[in-house]
Amino acid sequence: MDRNRPALNLLKGVVLLAPLLFLVVFFFYPLLSIFAVSLAPEGTLDLSGFTRIFTSDYYRRTFWFTFGQALLSTALTIGLAIPGAYVFSRFSFPGKSLLMSLATLPFVLPTVVVAAAFSALIGPRGLLNQTLMSLLGFSAPPIVLERTLTIILIVHVFYNYAVALRIISSFWANQSVRIEEAARVLGAHGWRLWWNVRLPLLRPALLAASILVFIFTFTSFGVVLILGGPRFATIEVEIYRQVTSLFNLQVAAALSLVQIGFMFVLMLVYTRLQRQTTTDLQAAQSVVRQPRTVRERLFVAANVVLIVLLLIAPLAALVLRSFTSQGALTTQFYTLLSSNPRGSVLFTPPLTAVGNSLVFALATTALAVTLGLITAVLLSSRASRLARWLDPIFMLPLAASAVTLGFGYIIALDEPPLNLRSSPVLIPLAHTLVAMPFVVRSVLPSIRGIPPNVRGAARSLGASPWQVWRWIDLPLISRGLIVGATFAFTVSMGEFGASLFIARPDTPTIPIVIFRLLGQPGATNYGQAMAMSTILMAVCAISFVLIERLRTAGVGEF
Amino acid sequence: MKHILSLLILLLLAVTPAAAQDTTLTVITHDSFSYSEDVMQSFQDETGITVEVLRLGDAGTMINQSILSRKNPLGDVMYGVDNTFLSRALNADLFIPYESPALADVPEEFIVDDEFRVTPVDYGDVCLNYDVAYFEENDLAVPQSLADLTDPAYEGLLVVENPASSSPGLAFLLTTIAVFGEEGGYTYLDYWADLVANDVFISDDWSDAYYTQFSGSTDSQGTRPLVVSYASSPPVEVYFLPEPPEAAPTGSIVADDTCFRQIEFVGILQGTDNEDAARQFVNFLLSREFQQDMPLNMFVFPVLPDAELPEIFEEYAAVPEQAVTLDIDEIDTNRERWILEWTETVLR
Repeated sequence: MDRNRPALNLLKGVVLLAPLLFLVVFFFYPLLSIFAVSLAPEGTLDLSGFTRIFTSDYYRRTFWFTFGQALLSTALTIGLAIPGAYVFSRFSFPGKSLLMSLATLPFVLPTVVVAAAFSALIGPRGLLNQTLMSLLGFSAPPIVLERTLTIILIVHVFYNYAVALRIISSFWANQSVRIEEAARVLGAHGWRLWWNVRLPLLRPALLAASILVFIFTFTSFGVVLILGGPRFATIEVEIYRQVTSLFNLQVAAALSLVQIGFMFVLMLVYTRLQRQTTTDLQAAQSVVRQPRTVRERLFVAANVVLIVLLLIAPLAALVLRSFTSQGALTTQFYTLLSSNPRGSVLFTPPLTAVGNSLVFALATTALAVTLGLITAVLLSSRASRLARWLDPIFMLPLAASAVTLGFGYIIALDEPPLNLRSSPVLIPLAHTLVAMPFVVRSVLPSIRGIPPNVRGAARSLGASPWQVWRWIDLPLISRGLIVGATFAFTVSMGEFGASLFIARPDTPTIPIVIFRLLGQPGATNYGQAMAMSTILMAVCAISFVLIERLRTAGVGEF
Repeated sequence: MKHILSLLILLLLAVTPAAAQDTTLTVITHDSFSYSEDVMQSFQDETGITVEVLRLGDAGTMINQSILSRKNPLGDVMYGVDNTFLSRALNADLFIPYESPALADVPEEFIVDDEFRVTPVDYGDVCLNYDVAYFEENDLAVPQSLADLTDPAYEGLLVVENPASSSPGLAFLLTTIAVFGEEGGYTYLDYWADLVANDVFISDDWSDAYYTQFSGSTDSQGTRPLVVSYASSPPVEVYFLPEPPEAAPTGSIVADDTCFRQIEFVGILQGTDNEDAARQFVNFLLSREFQQDMPLNMFVFPVLPDAELPEIFEEYAAVPEQAVTLDIDEIDTNRERWILEWTETVLR
């Protein structure tokens, strides 16, 4: 055994370094290349871009708007998701896993499609306004949300609710109920029980979910552009405008750096907070039960209703729209998807698009789960000071805008052995950058929560490190891992920003097909885009159920 | 050692002639480039050139990425640079000049670069579209000039795309600049201030403007009957319907000085090893076969005057007699300032 140790350690070292190497090659190197070209086009450093953004009122307002709306969106999302997560982790009720599956679907939908769904529901000629007008005799639509901060916040909750719900409830489900019971015995009830016991115990998961939602809404692009309208702009939107329409790389690079720098500081603070609290986990089985009292039933019902109204109603509006033409039900849009009257090269049979999407998504999931898991193990070693700096670094890909990174790829990955800039392989690699932080954030709270004494006991009973990992660590982190895998899969299925900014031969995914259909006028194109969106949701919903099965089949609950 | 060497030589011999015969030509283009498979196939069969298409997002992204990778280009030919971005590409010295013999049949107005660094292939007019039913039901005259749009009769009826993020949006801004100018008593900014006073709605991209805000498209939830789109949108709106309707649901306004003409070009990229194949490809794009294939694939008009238009274009598409254009250098020099001024006036 001793003979193998140096080799084993070397292998361990290589494995642990893999995620870092991945990040260096596919994130930092391209990013630094594009920053170098942008900030020193003639070889000398030119920081006029920074001067311009720091002296301008407009950019200051943009920054504060970005920050403020992200803060509000996060507070709203987490606030709504906590009771939901409680329901999902403590109670069993019919349709529970289906509801969880459906609640995750918004995450894969392109913003234009979501905008259409909300318009169909609460737009001036939408369902709600028309009902109110005919019932209550309003002469004008009573609900006017178009182009308001309110609609931005609602849609941010729509997109991110499932992120918070899944992370918090998976953590909660593995948490010991003994402390809570003890608190009850000692007289904590109602809000005191929530405020003094439940929420503090949840802190690691709350922080993890908040930071993800905050980063997502801070870098929000499509929602702000399309639903908020041109009057609102986040830093991300501004980067996009500077790059694509003005080709002002200096200002774009300066804005990108400000965004990344801000995120880094935020992540440092977060990592500090996160390390102060860990709560012990235990395998859960007896925790989930049916709601017994009327209050419990009402509580469950209220949360289910919220999810249905906020998340599922817009999705249902889309599905309905894909089956309606001129007031009548029809399946013509689905039939049209498979016909190519012009013999056009842009035509993609739906199965091909589904196939491409699935291949990219599975590759992304495999890569992101592997690298993310290794990263989480690396970061969970509490002693390491290095981890304190590494943790924020692994989150940075979420803060870099797709358009900047796409340009980085073009100039950095253009020579062998890394001549990948026009290879389809680049798409899952780029998706993995975004997906990996999800896996890390979903798994890390659980890994840190594994009680050391359980591991120690196993070891002293003669378990090998592999056995400890297989029978102690893996079951305890399996929920977190599944959440991470689900989001890795989802990120890849729905993402199309990176695909748009990366040169590619024709491997159209479902979002790209939707985007192409929406780029042409005509009711049938629009109907087909809705049909394709419905297919996207269906494929994802089925996949979520399968991923969830994987956990119960592969690891088992005990 | 000897074996390896002879093996290598054999390999080289086996590879070289094949490489000379089968040229692969990489075409860089934007996301809307489309053609019928059989048309491209016949080109490949005739010439032995294999065409590979590499898409780089929208036209702006495509040009920016090509400028960044100029020293090590991604392909041999670039198709899809239009006159609003052309200057940026020319100033970056992206192209090798080539005067295609097929240009002899192309009208003078499309040949923008007299050094022939780029070759015009197609054009499209960015025009206002209107909801036919709305104007009939409300007994309202369809506006016939840009100035009409500031009339209180059309208050709250118009949707325009943001020029900072949308290509038709920029084209419409350029139209207003060409018509009202930057100097004098009533500038383009005064015009935009009047549009704002008349409750113009700004969308960030074409899809949102056309499908979510505009009321004309079949089954639309939108409320506004006027939108900035293309002159080819009405035939396309009809084209995809399973059964052609008796009357088109939308129309385009093609009155003088209300439309902006976008011309799309192809250019041979500096650094190509396949210049000869690239020239053949440029000629192919100007062939009757390809020119006639374009309208139903990309909903643009061919630059070749004698290319036959599909029936549906003849029936439903209107071509403005006097579309607006601006000098490409003027666009490139002023684009950023115009967009900033527009943003200050309209969005603040």
